[in-house]
Amino acid sequence: MNGTGRIERMRGSGTEVKATVAPGVRLGSVSFVWRPWLAFVTLFLAAATFLLFCLSISIGDFPIGLSQVIATLFGGGEQVDEFVIMDLRMPRALAGLVVGIALGVSGALTQSIARNALASPDILGITQGASAVAVFLITVSGGAAATVVSSVGLSAAALAGGLGTGLLVYFLAWRRGIDGFRLILIGISASAMMEAITTWLLVKADIKDVARAQAWLVGSLDNRSWDEVWIALWGTLGLLAVVTCVAFQFKPLHFGDDVAAGLGVRFGVVRAILLLCAVLLAAVAVSAAGPVPFVALVAPQVAMRLARCPTPPLVASGMVGALLLIGSDLIARTALPITVPVGVVTAVIGGPFLVYLLVRANLK
Amino acid sequence: MSTTAVERPVAGVVDARRRRAVGLGVLVLLLVVMAAVSLAVGARALTPAEVWHGLFAGPESDRRLNEIRLIMETVRVPRTTLAIVAGIALGVGGALIQGYTRNPIADTGLLGVNAGASFAVVSVIAVFGLSSPFQYAWFGFLGAAVAGVVVFGLASIGRGAGNPLTLALAGQGITVFLAAMTTAVALSDRESLNALRFWNAGSVAGVDFDVIWPITAFVGVGLVLALSTLPALNLLNLGDDVARGLGVNIALSRTVGIAAITLLAGAATTACGPIAFLGLMVAHVARYLTGPDYRWLVPYAGLLGAVVLLFCDIVGRLVVRPGELEAGVVVSLLGAPFFAVLVWRGKFKSA
Repeated sequence: MNGTGRIERMRGSGTEVKATVAPGVRLGSVSFVWRPWLAFVTLFLAAATFLLFCLSISIGDFPIGLSQVIATLFGGGEQVDEFVIMDLRMPRALAGLVVGIALGVSGALTQSIARNALASPDILGITQGASAVAVFLITVSGGAAATVVSSVGLSAAALAGGLGTGLLVYFLAWRRGIDGFRLILIGISASAMMEAITTWLLVKADIKDVARAQAWLVGSLDNRSWDEVWIALWGTLGLLAVVTCVAFQFKPLHFGDDVAAGLGVRFGVVRAILLLCAVLLAAVAVSAAGPVPFVALVAPQVAMRLARCPTPPLVASGMVGALLLIGSDLIARTALPITVPVGVVTAVIGGPFLVYLLVRANLK
Repeated sequence: MSTTAVERPVAGVVDARRRRAVGLGVLVLLLVVMAAVSLAVGARALTPAEVWHGLFAGPESDRRLNEIRLIMETVRVPRTTLAIVAGIALGVGGALIQGYTRNPIADTGLLGVNAGASFAVVSVIAVFGLSSPFQYAWFGFLGAAVAGVVVFGLASIGRGAGNPLTLALAGQGITVFLAAMTTAVALSDRESLNALRFWNAGSVAGVDFDVIWPITAFVGVGLVLALSTLPALNLLNLGDDVARGLGVNIALSRTVGIAAITLLAGAATTACGPIAFLGLMVAHVARYLTGPDYRWLVPYAGLLGAVVLLFCDIVGRLVVRPGELEAGVVVSLLGAPFFAVLVWRGKFKSA
């Protein structure tokens, strides 16, 4: 029914069909469609991200000029500034950058693969899985839990939890292929289960631990150390490298099962690899900053509309994610009368923004 | 429904109708059995005779019987009543939501009703220092209603109105927004953080009839509205244009439906806290049992909701003795795998 409708529409206005044909660019085995507007938007977003990154470093109890920040970042600058910038503020800013990019790209991948704007890591249970493990370790003090935290760290344990849940969802949803709708439904059920476990842990726990767990649960960039940032940074870079190699060779990752079957087994494997990367990216982000809400859901949607693409563009989504997270963190620690975790701000910005997008799209 | 001489139904239809009626009877019976078990099971297990005495015997000289009567009056009966009322409300609410949004994954949680109630409850605890559920329940109800109306309102602006994805996204937007605000408030006020974590688990225990009666009244009004809108809902599911052609006042029917959903889900959430999954789950099971006719589907979903919530509450009392698992937690822990199995067997198709 849908198909015939589209054919008729195509017949009615032949120009529309022609307009979608864009020039292709091929470099060896890498090929992509050259979209000048997308390239411009991506460059603009990258520049804005860098500026905001520097701004985030320059603002604080001890203000440092923007030019000095940039000078220090590129090796110049004074000794005093270097200490404040590199040792005190850089980990936080870098964590924001990395987590934002990871969440943005992860959201773009999951939304493309599931062909559904709702399919963000929050919906697929990855964040909830990581949270459940983290809350378990925070609230069940002593014994094996303490050993786990002291030896591998809370972040690494949360990473394992997120990855475990993500894989579980993937394998449960696999049934002669991955169907986006089934993936979302299984994801919803997995996240509900993880949330139930988290809630129960919170009910049973001591109120002091609950406050700590709750603070972790909302997502925060406070007190990041270089150690934590390095793990997130290398993890994200490695995963982005894989995504880049795979995604550029197989552009049509958003096609459904039928098309995938037509394109052969290899395409299915590629899509599985990309989904795994998306899960890992989200898990890395959650392990570094807690389940910061909304970034993975909103960033790809914003990037898609800015770049006027039919599906979320990967690079631009990452940039929007970073902008959203660093900007929110800046607001969280400077603009408000009380200091709140960054997750509160991303939600307060992201929620209405999503609604605004919807209303505007509907009114058009 | 009437079988006049002109439109006498064929034999197959009569069969199907009889089968559904029998099914309804079986569900009622199941509900009675569950309620009885719920009265008997707990920290102190009672025999059927003791339950009977506790319920119907007047004050007696026997100290043990008086004790049982006290347990019945203050704990078991309120708890069982609330489980039934909330279960029916959530079941019917879930079925209605899926019908009106034409969205197979619609749930009250998705529409921001739970989040609205949480936020309101936590805020009034933090601001006014309220401590009894009787005081803050009303604010929870208000929050649920406001959030539900806002989400529906946003989703019905302009061209995308009635699109499942629009509604789901609007609901998600409001939910995450409110959840973050709730956390921000809870983190700044230990009292409300403490209340929030218990309320959030979703429990039918510890609520007095002071709260249960008003909640039941709201659920009653919601049910009446829900039943009145069922024939129109059947036609709406044929598509807006067809429904309009058949004389359905679409705007009116949607408004009534939304009011019913808000009353039902808001009341249940206020009394028990957010119980996710129940409405979603039983609506699907009801559809599987009855087919797409909402005049059957909705009563089935309501009864199933009550049966499942009672069952989960009973299980929660038994598995971690002497402690208890909250009913909401059990619903999620049992419902999620059940739901996953349904998904896996291909029971749901994208709308």
